[in-house]
Amino acid sequence: MFSIPDPVVRFFHRMASPPHFYAFTERLMPWLVVIFLLLTAAGLYGGLYLAPTDYQQGDSYRIIYIHVPSAWMSLFIYVVMAVAGAIGLVWRIKLAEIVAISSAPVGASFTFIALVTGSLWGKPMWGTWWVWDARLTSELILLFLYLGVIGLYGAIDDKRTASRAVAILALVGVVNIPIIHYSVEWWNTLHQGPTVTKMDKPSIHVSMLIPLLLMAVAFKFYYLIAMLQRARTELLLRERNAQWVKAMISESK
Amino acid sequence: MSLSHAFFAVIRRDLVLALRRRSEIANPLLFFILVITLFPLGIGAQPHLLQAIAPGIIWVSALLAAMLSLDSLFRSDFDDGSLEQILLSPHPTSVLVLAKIIAHWLVTGLPLLVVAPLLAVFLGMPNHALGILLLTLLLGTPVLSLIGAIGVALTVGLRRGGMILSLLVLPLYVPVLIFAGNAVQMAGSGLPVDAQINILISILLMALVLAPLPVASALKMSIN
Repeated sequence: MFSIPDPVVRFFHRMASPPHFYAFTERLMPWLVVIFLLLTAAGLYGGLYLAPTDYQQGDSYRIIYIHVPSAWMSLFIYVVMAVAGAIGLVWRIKLAEIVAISSAPVGASFTFIALVTGSLWGKPMWGTWWVWDARLTSELILLFLYLGVIGLYGAIDDKRTASRAVAILALVGVVNIPIIHYSVEWWNTLHQGPTVTKMDKPSIHVSMLIPLLLMAVAFKFYYLIAMLQRARTELLLRERNAQWVKAMISESK
Repeated sequence: MSLSHAFFAVIRRDLVLALRRRSEIANPLLFFILVITLFPLGIGAQPHLLQAIAPGIIWVSALLAAMLSLDSLFRSDFDDGSLEQILLSPHPTSVLVLAKIIAHWLVTGLPLLVVAPLLAVFLGMPNHALGILLLTLLLGTPVLSLIGAIGVALTVGLRRGGMILSLLVLPLYVPVLIFAGNAVQMAGSGLPVDAQINILISILLMALVLAPLPVASALKMSIN
């Protein structure tokens, strides 16, 4: 039987306690910001200066360095949200609930960025701002799913109940996303008119790939920063009557 | 009382209640007919155009009608406390909830099948596509009730759950809309539609098995 090493278990137990989480993320934050800035600088430098111009698309392909990592993040964050929600649902860990709901607005922003950059990219490529391309369409539906999660959380007054509702919804969404994605892809192959030239996904050169991966990791760090900041605020709000919050505030005075 | 007794008792009770409040049956049906009547008025009575978009119109209207009727699924039981009794009963909540969903579909989903052929003729849909239209409605509308039940269960405790319900439920309806609408379209052009029908069957089976579980836990969440 596989067993989790003791220090890891202890780490998770400590992280589940709000005061520890608050103090730990406070110390972690500057490091995350530094790593994020370094990765972004390297990724953008590599992507915008070092990477060669594409022979078909010219320089306009460079939006890929924002578009593709955002699209990856949009799915990744939804899965994180569902997993955190499930943990909160099963073990009633307050912090997992907070992580789940703090992820939703960040995920929605990444989805929105992916949509906007996709449409900006589509203008020179397809000659129009919007085509009912399979990936763009499923990103749009993903955005609606995120907005549903955020809306549901906002609509329920009791925040513990709201977290459970959000967790159930996120789990339903996670089961549905693959079905929605493949149905949209299938729909697209049938409906797509011959006027829209679907480009084959070109095999990407390594000098273009490295900045892309750098940006993808940088966006992961950005997500961590944004999500943790939201989680810390949410935590303070929910625990405003707890002893450790009062102690912390009176100390800082 | 055994589980199957309880299951059929819930269905029977809900059907009797629905028959005593007939407006609940009539409203989604009238809405369905009205929306479809509005399309030719908005677009113009061009037979070719209407014929081309008829499957889409009928299915989108069915989606909206199903969504509007959802509120009655748990509302009155939530208000008078019988929902709590269902949750407190010794039988698994998900099974009893499935009974409620089936009863709700019999009352709000099945009538759509009766008027759909008439509306299809209004829109000039070819006769050989009617059978497929009915088949997709038969397979698709239960899925709408099952998925919709999740949304209602999550929002039944809210005073103004209506707007948020559409945001929760409509994105999840997309696969049904795609496959059903496409099947009818293809059938209209005389093409085989076995693949779409099979996928709709599998979606229905998955929804039958999986959907009652989140509905049950969402109801428990909404009640406390």
